[in-house]
This record gives sequence, C-alpha cells and structure tokens, in this order.
Amino acid sequence: MATRIAWAAIPILMFSVLASSAQSQQSGPAKNTSEAVAPAPVHDISGTWMPANGPKDGIQVNGVKAMPADGKPEHTPPFTPYGLKVYQSHKPLAGYTAVQTAFNNDPREACEPVGFPRIMFYNFRETQIMQDSSKVTVLYSYANIWRDIFFDGREIKPVDGGVTINGDFRESRWYGYSVGRWVDDTTFVSDVYGTMPDDRVWLDEAGRPASDKLHVIEEFHRASPDRLELTVTIDDPKIYMKPWIAMNKFPMKLEDSHIDVQDMYCSPIEIKKYNTEIGDASSGITK
Amino acid sequence: MRRARIALPIITLLVVSIPSIAHHGNAAFASSQKTIKGTLTEWVWSNPHSFLLVDAKDDGGNVQHWRIEATAIPSLIDIGITKISFKPGDQVTVTLNPVKSGEPVGRVMNVVLPNGKTVYFTSQGSGLTVDGNEEDTLIKVNRAALTVSRDASKGTAP
Repeated sequence: MATRIAWAAIPILMFSVLASSAQSQQSGPAKNTSEAVAPAPVHDISGTWMPANGPKDGIQVNGVKAMPADGKPEHTPPFTPYGLKVYQSHKPLAGYTAVQTAFNNDPREACEPVGFPRIMFYNFRETQIMQDSSKVTVLYSYANIWRDIFFDGREIKPVDGGVTINGDFRESRWYGYSVGRWVDDTTFVSDVYGTMPDDRVWLDEAGRPASDKLHVIEEFHRASPDRLELTVTIDDPKIYMKPWIAMNKFPMKLEDSHIDVQDMYCSPIEIKKYNTEIGDASSGITK
Repeated sequence: MRRARIALPIITLLVVSIPSIAHHGNAAFASSQKTIKGTLTEWVWSNPHSFLLVDAKDDGGNVQHWRIEATAIPSLIDIGITKISFKPGDQVTVTLNPVKSGEPVGRVMNVVLPNGKTVYFTSQGSGLTVDGNEEDTLIKVNRAALTVSRDASKGTAP
C-alpha cells in the first residue's frame, strides 16, 4: 500500500518541485479542460485562497517572492542612498545578509505588528477574501490580520504623516488605507497609502525597508474560477529610486469553503522560550 | 536549464536540497547528521518554531538536554503533525542536524516513535515522506484533514 502511494505521489512531487524551482509565478495553462473553458465570475475575487504551488510557496523566508535576497544584481531593489542606509542597518534572519538568531533586530521577532505589505511577504498562507457592495476585505492567516479595500468612491491622498480621506486627515497605520477598482470583469486593483514609517516596519524577511511614503499597488486577477493571480508593486520614493515588483502573478488556488484556517501568532512568551532553548545556543551564546 | 529542471525532481526524491542562501539560523547548523536516543521531556508547540526537548545520554553516560528545532505550526499541521504527535515520556530516536557550536541543539530530520513509526521532517530518507522543510508530497491528503469533516478529537499522531 505504502509502495503504491509512493509511486502515485511521484508525479505530484515532480510537479511541485518544478513549479517551485523555477521561482516563476507566471500563470500556466489550466490543468484540465473544464478550467480552460469555464469563465471566471465577474467582479468576484471572494473565496479562501492558498498558494497554488503549495502552502510553503508563500512563506518567502528569503524575502519577497519576485526578488529573493540572494545577492544577485537582478534581485537587488533600486535603493536610494537613504534606503540603502536603512537596509544596511537591518540585521535580518533571512537572505544573504542574515545574522544568527540572537543578533537580529527584526521588529517582527519582538512581536511588533508586521504591517502592510509585509503581511503578504511573511507566511502568506490561506487568505480569505470577502466582498460586499462597498469593499473587499482581505483576511490573512498570520495573526488574524484583516484589511478593507474600499471601492465606494472615497478619495485617499497621501500627505505627511498619513493620508486624507475625502479631505479629512488620518494618521499612518499598520495596514494602511486602501481603495480599489475593477479594471475589467476579473481584475481588481487596489492602491494602498498611509503605512508606517521605516523605523517601525520592514518590507520583508530579508530586511528590505519600507517608509511611510510607500504606495503599494495590488492587482488581483481571477484567471479562472479556481485561480487567482496576485501582483504587488512597491513604489516608495524615499527608499527606492523607482517602482519594482515584489510579487508577479503569484498564483493562488481556490480552497474548500469549509476549511478551518490555522492561525499563526507571534507570542512573546514563545519567542523567549525559543531563544532561551535554541536561539542563543545556535548563535554561539552559552549560559 | 531544461536538463537541470528534469534532473532536480529525481535528486530531490533522495536528498534534501540545501538552500543556497541563508534561512534564519541555517548557518548555525551543520550538514552532518546525528542520531540520539532518549526521553522526550516536552514537545513545545509554538511559532515561528516548534521544538522537541529530549534527554539523551552521551557516549560517557551523561545526560544531555537536547533542544531540537522543527518548523512553524501551520507547516506542521499541513503535513499531519499536531500538538499531540509527541508526548512527554516517549522514548524516541531522533535524527538531527546538530549546531556547529557543539551545544546539544539541532534541527530535526526525523523522529522514531515508541510504536516504531517514523515521522519525517525533511525529504531525506527512503520511500514517501512527510516534509516540514521542502515541498509537501502529501499535500492533497493532508489538506483534507483541515476541513470540517475531520474528527479532530481522534488526534493525528501517526
């Protein structure tokens, strides 16, 4: 029995490894005839979505999916001089500049809110999307974080210290302020402003920075009834000289609506116990 | 490139692929393996890493308090490992990558339970494995376990 399962699983393993080793999130052909001919629902991106290439495809332990921190020039964001200075001050646990556990200064390790858009770049797992007549609401599995993307006509403009919404000032906040619009029947685009300054949040696990001047453009494209492709563009003139893509058509597949999404929290007690038992010792710190 | 893509899945069946860039703490762990036998004192169910505490005797008969890192809770659940997969008092055999510092600390590869069954955390080993660090080979099977039809009260200890 075990042998039959082993042989049957080989195609599954080969498929998943091919998909991940290429590090490509380009949408591929539909897997079966029914997906190829069935149109995606109009103006509907709701559902429980998970990374189509496996649950770990969204962990992004080495930085954002489209630009992993491997030291390669093509994967190095276009830092401004200030942005580079901030990046070099970060001691991350991931990427080619990673430090040992005991020496990191990642605010996430202190259980600070990861903020937006890092919520998409750290353990991006089952993601629930709901919508009504005014907004799209995205619910993330990490820390049970949610955010609203309004398409009710409100006007959001970035200003120093935050945004204005229809002229009224609102301060910067962890998950920003989002407005969205349907650009065609199956594509919803959002603009996000008013996120936290660079001394409070990082952009990703590899320590890339993000400032309160950040403008994030998200594109949710429902390619088929069961497939969503997410593209995320980072536009932060204080940190980066030009916009760049952090996620490029990241594929997600529709899950069973009955699924019970596992939560994942940062607990200071658990972090402390881990550091006491493993983190310090693995970093060469002896008691 | 095409040849490498075809060869890679075959290689992955037999050996774990070590990331070429540092995952957090990867640099602390040796690529060598070590096997210890002892008593599980605690299975710490936590994020971003769960871990095992095992008391095992070294070659001199001295008890060492091993701390053995696993992965995050969601990744463990994805492959069928739960908070009750391991119990204090279990006599276990653990294969791990030890830290380079020589401390009794490591990263788990697999655990042999008192009933003789093996729980794999990496893709090393023969036959079909459950994998906490690489792509899930049983993903279709284990995803079903998260739906409301699962009888969670029975637990999932393999």
